[in-house]
Amino acid sequence: MKRFALWAPLAIFALLFAVVASGLFRPADKVVRSAMVGKPLPDFALPAMVPGKPGLTSASFKSGQPRLLNVFASWCVPCIAEAPHLMRLKTMGIPIDAIAIRDTTPAIAGFLRRNGDPYARIGSDTASRVQLALGSSGVPETFVVDGRGIVVKQIIGDIREDNIGEIVQAVREAR
Amino acid sequence: MSGRSSLALAGSAVVAALLFSAAPANAQPVTPPAHYANVQLADPAKEASAKALMETLRCLVCQGQSIADSDAEMAADMRALVRERIARGETPASVRDWLVSRYGDYVTYDPPLSGLTWPLWLAPIALLAIGGWIARSSFRRRTR
Repeated sequence: MKRFALWAPLAIFALLFAVVASGLFRPADKVVRSAMVGKPLPDFALPAMVPGKPGLTSASFKSGQPRLLNVFASWCVPCIAEAPHLMRLKTMGIPIDAIAIRDTTPAIAGFLRRNGDPYARIGSDTASRVQLALGSSGVPETFVVDGRGIVVKQIIGDIREDNIGEIVQAVREAR
Repeated sequence: MSGRSSLALAGSAVVAALLFSAAPANAQPVTPPAHYANVQLADPAKEASAKALMETLRCLVCQGQSIADSDAEMAADMRALVRERIARGETPASVRDWLVSRYGDYVTYDPPLSGLTWPLWLAPIALLAIGGWIARSSFRRRTR
């Protein structure tokens, strides 16, 4: 018993040290994932963002074909970085719709002119209402939605070169 | 000497110009926040329950702040959402459940007891019990 009491503080210290060190070497995952993956899209109807392109409703995701839903904004810097990758996904035949967060028509028109326009429809979410309903916590984010309107995948942050494979695969599996 | 310092001055002016002309790293939405983001509800009772709820909701883009405390744009959007729903007659519990169904338990500072969160609730009780046991045995030793 006495022996145990002698070593216990050191043992507790070692345990604490191990906990802290593991946190240092493998920092916690601070990404906030949507709890909507695996669930149907929330009902929404957003007005058109730019002239000549329709707005976005949740009903248009029940067409039988999987689509990407990109959450973006003209004021978002990483959205510029992912634009060429979205264009590439479009040329691969994957339809992409978008929700523009707290944005204006001229700003979005300018963004599309500068960075390309991969979108079939763009809805205007002026108060981030649909973004919150989707469980999205920032821009850009991309959701893969199957043909019945069920969210099957969420990509947080800008789409990079090495995300393209998993997105194409998720779309193929959702068919 | 003065020539060199004026050169340095010109150099720092160039650096400053570059810094301020570069695209802002912390980009902000171009539209103003929703009305109820920073405006209280007219009904004081409803505002009080909305405020109490906001203090238990986590700002998703700032670690360790509630949406009541945070100045982030996303927190403003969430405050507007909470106030509008409370104004419409929803209960704070149903607003919180709605957000939890979107973001998981992470969004609330008042997590429900579940398979994942039980250590949070039981650890303080266990620590208190251990403390009591240590105190009891050391007091007993002293009286002897």
